[in-house]
Amino acid sequence: MIHFVILISRQGKVRLTKWYSPYQQKERATAIRELSSLILTRGPKLCNFVEWKGYKAVYRRYASLYFCMCVDQDDNELEILEIIHHFVEILDRYFGSVCELDLIFNFHKAYYILDEILIAGELQESSKKIVARLIAAQDTMVETAKAEAGSVSNMIAQTM
Amino acid sequence: MNPFSSGTRLRDMIRAIRACKTAAEERAVVRKECAAIRSAISESDQGYRHRNIAKLMFIHMLGYPTHFGQMECLKLIASAGFPEKRIGYLGLMLLLDERQEVLMLVTNSLKQDLNHSNQYIVGLALCALGNICSTEMARDLAPEVERLLLSRDPNIKKKAALCSIRIIRKVPDLAENFLSLAATLLKEKHHGVLISGVQLCTDLCKVSEDASNYLRKNCTEGLVRILKDVSSSPYSPEFDIAGITDPFLHIRVLRLMRMCGQGDSDTSEYINDILAQVASKTELNKNAGNAILYECVETIMGIEATSGLRVLAINILGRFLSNRDNNIRYVALNMLIKAVAVDSQAVQRHRTTILECVKDSDASIRKRALELVYLLVNDINVKPLTKELIDYLEVVDHDFKGDLTAKICSIVEKFSQEKKWYIDQMFKVLSLAGNYVKDNVWHALIVVISNAPDLQGYSVRSLYKAFYTSPEQVSLVRVTVWCIGEYGEMLVNNIGVLEVEEPMTVTESDAVDVLEARLISHSSDTATRSMSLIALLKLSSRFPPTSGRVKEIITVHKGSFVLELQQRAIEFNSIIQRHQNIKSSLVERMPVLDESTVIVKRAGPSQASISTEKSNQQPPSGTSLKLPNGVAKPAAAPLVDLLDLSSDDTPVSAPTSNDFLHDLLGIDLTNSSSGIAPASGTDILMDLLSIGTPPVQSNTSPEISSDKGLSLITKPASNSVHVVDLLDGLTSNGYLPEVHIPVYSSITAFQSSTLKITFSFTKQPDKPQVTQILATFINLSFDAYTDFVFQAAVPKFVKLHLDPASSNHLPSNGNGAVTQTVTVTNGQHGQKSLAMRIRIAYKVNNQEKLELGQINNFPPGL
Repeated sequence: MIHFVILISRQGKVRLTKWYSPYQQKERATAIRELSSLILTRGPKLCNFVEWKGYKAVYRRYASLYFCMCVDQDDNELEILEIIHHFVEILDRYFGSVCELDLIFNFHKAYYILDEILIAGELQESSKKIVARLIAAQDTMVETAKAEAGSVSNMIAQTM
Repeated sequence: MNPFSSGTRLRDMIRAIRACKTAAEERAVVRKECAAIRSAISESDQGYRHRNIAKLMFIHMLGYPTHFGQMECLKLIASAGFPEKRIGYLGLMLLLDERQEVLMLVTNSLKQDLNHSNQYIVGLALCALGNICSTEMARDLAPEVERLLLSRDPNIKKKAALCSIRIIRKVPDLAENFLSLAATLLKEKHHGVLISGVQLCTDLCKVSEDASNYLRKNCTEGLVRILKDVSSSPYSPEFDIAGITDPFLHIRVLRLMRMCGQGDSDTSEYINDILAQVASKTELNKNAGNAILYECVETIMGIEATSGLRVLAINILGRFLSNRDNNIRYVALNMLIKAVAVDSQAVQRHRTTILECVKDSDASIRKRALELVYLLVNDINVKPLTKELIDYLEVVDHDFKGDLTAKICSIVEKFSQEKKWYIDQMFKVLSLAGNYVKDNVWHALIVVISNAPDLQGYSVRSLYKAFYTSPEQVSLVRVTVWCIGEYGEMLVNNIGVLEVEEPMTVTESDAVDVLEARLISHSSDTATRSMSLIALLKLSSRFPPTSGRVKEIITVHKGSFVLELQQRAIEFNSIIQRHQNIKSSLVERMPVLDESTVIVKRAGPSQASISTEKSNQQPPSGTSLKLPNGVAKPAAAPLVDLLDLSSDDTPVSAPTSNDFLHDLLGIDLTNSSSGIAPASGTDILMDLLSIGTPPVQSNTSPEISSDKGLSLITKPASNSVHVVDLLDGLTSNGYLPEVHIPVYSSITAFQSSTLKITFSFTKQPDKPQVTQILATFINLSFDAYTDFVFQAAVPKFVKLHLDPASSNHLPSNGNGAVTQTVTVTNGQHGQKSLAMRIRIAYKVNNQEKLELGQINNFPPGL
């Protein structure tokens, strides 16, 4: 299973973390620190797998962001690379040529998307179309609710 | 103002934080925001809850504490609207982890949401549950999840399936409930549901044996069908990745097949065809294809495959190995490590490629390759492989050097058939990477050298040569120093030259030069210098002409600031000056070290550096000095060696011993760093000897004392013992005899013209079956006895335990006695009384003598 997902920038800033195994706050900070130092120092031609504390960390760099997933020893590393790519493509489709800034200002949306792809550290959906559809449907619901509330408070404000 | 818009304010906060130039600025902004949020929460401000939680999440990601927001998340989850729930669940998953008690409060909301009419809300709840539920929550909500597995919405089904995975991981007992449901999931058409369903089945197999059997029986057909369909399905843009339809589904199904086929030949046969098909059809050039092939190979290796299929798998791995992509090579090496267990021959064929990988620039690949090489080593290929590895050792970088050295050393140790080859390889490793070699490795080397008398000359000469090429390798220096000290004359006189050696002349002064250089060099540490001092002493005895020069060198260190060196210098100096008569016997060649101790954790040769001058003997510390459990003989023997040798070196048994020792005591031995490990031993000794200088006992047992498990031995046990012979008082008898009220009278167990044995008995009140017998041996003859060993045999219903004797040396005319404690446990206490047969062996005037006897006069009731 995937134990956690980390997105870090080239300077080591954390953009997104998702934990599927019980890690306490301190342990999380340590893990992020150690993995960052391991990954950020690796050259570009080297393989995308690092061994860390009995687990394997699979990472890939997209522009200025490193996407890293920590898995068990017996997992298929090449498949995890595919899952990372799957996630990135969906983000790309959603945000339209996603860049790091999108993920900073809309981190909650990035989380929603991740939640449609992975649950309990396992892959949920292999079709990008379906994931996009689900996210779109939920966004619409939020928009509708906003609109309704907007109109209600408008009404109240008007009656005041 | 729209209460749901988190848009601008959140964005503003993020912008503000990003604009901060220093950490202090950032902290100030965050503090302000947190204060605002906290006050909003305490006022239960409904308006901006959504936005506040979003801001809080961002602050959390920066690393600041945000626990005050946890209750807000709960309130959001409990509210009715979808947006609140959405952000509330997200906040829950981000700000809390499963160990927090607050999580329990969510259980009720989760239950309600799992039954909600809005499918998306159900989805939210399932997602949250699947990511962070605790064991209790899992147990509570499992029935709901089971129900949802039967829902008609594929979105719900797949989420429920993954949620179930977490539940069975947390509570494996619930696995049975999900079994049939999981099996039905496999009949679906929706890919998402299939993937989740297959994953659920895989996890069920991992968790429960029954599940595994059930799935094997019922689902294998279904799996094969799924794989066939998906691998031969036409192009579908929705699932296509790099020309393959849904590689994720391929991989998951292959994994489940592996779980089903493991250990079961029928299933394995059944899935043979489809595996072969997938393995041959999939293309190698894209990552997705490679991922599928990788999983395929893993499956083939995991099940009981036919040999044809295995060959196919290894071929694929071979192709992977020669791929230029680092990822593929890494994966291949990984797989090959597992394949070695299955089919070692096939893997051997790729040995050269693997060796190339050891030299790769990528650290991960190097590590894997080295592990694989280690597994591939066997008796046939060990020599060329070692040669390759050692060649590589010259050029490797530092972070890898340690690993590589350790592996080479263990390979060489495990597979060496001839001593010469072993010694050669070890010398090479020491010269190249001596600093990385662990202590026990070069200790083992010394032991082997001492066990190979024909190679000693060769060793010392090779070391001498190597020493000049790589003087900075610490371990090499130490081994060299030791060898020169021990085998100096072989070096100078070219003894035992083997044909392969070139002629070399080394004069005595050259040898002394080397040692002096070591002593003076700044780069030598204390241990090396100590070893050099001893080696110099040995040389001064073996090469008498150099004695004067050695004395000068040593004298320099009398004022050294390092205590160890100072002490040694002074002691050695005094030996050279005043005790020439015994010097040569002092520094005699060491006895052959016991090779079996190489395996046991040793204090052995390293003690050479810490031992004081008197003992060059290194009693094979570990094994032989363990307190024996039955017959006293094994322990006695090396101790006897100890005493004998020491009696050779220092004429102890002779009356002059005391003078000599007193003489020694006149030496400035203020502190013995090695002699006494347990401080208590020191105190007892002080009393005993009433001379005031503890280290005298270092005569015989410095190593013993420093060995932790043997600290017992240095406690001069029975204070009852006689100090006439200092050595007696210092040796074995483990513990002070406990004082019990003697209930039984002592008996004369055995009496002959030359020996008398008395037994005195003590019993502990709560253990009537156990008797402690204190055996006292008295020598009635005019000659002293040495190598005194007492053995006893008892009837079957009695258990016997012999403690080590207080000494093996029995002075003549009853001038002293040896005591030994024997513990007997009478299994038939009260019914039968004790009887014992005894056997006493000793040496008198260098003749072995044996006395046998039977003791029948035990007091009744023992």
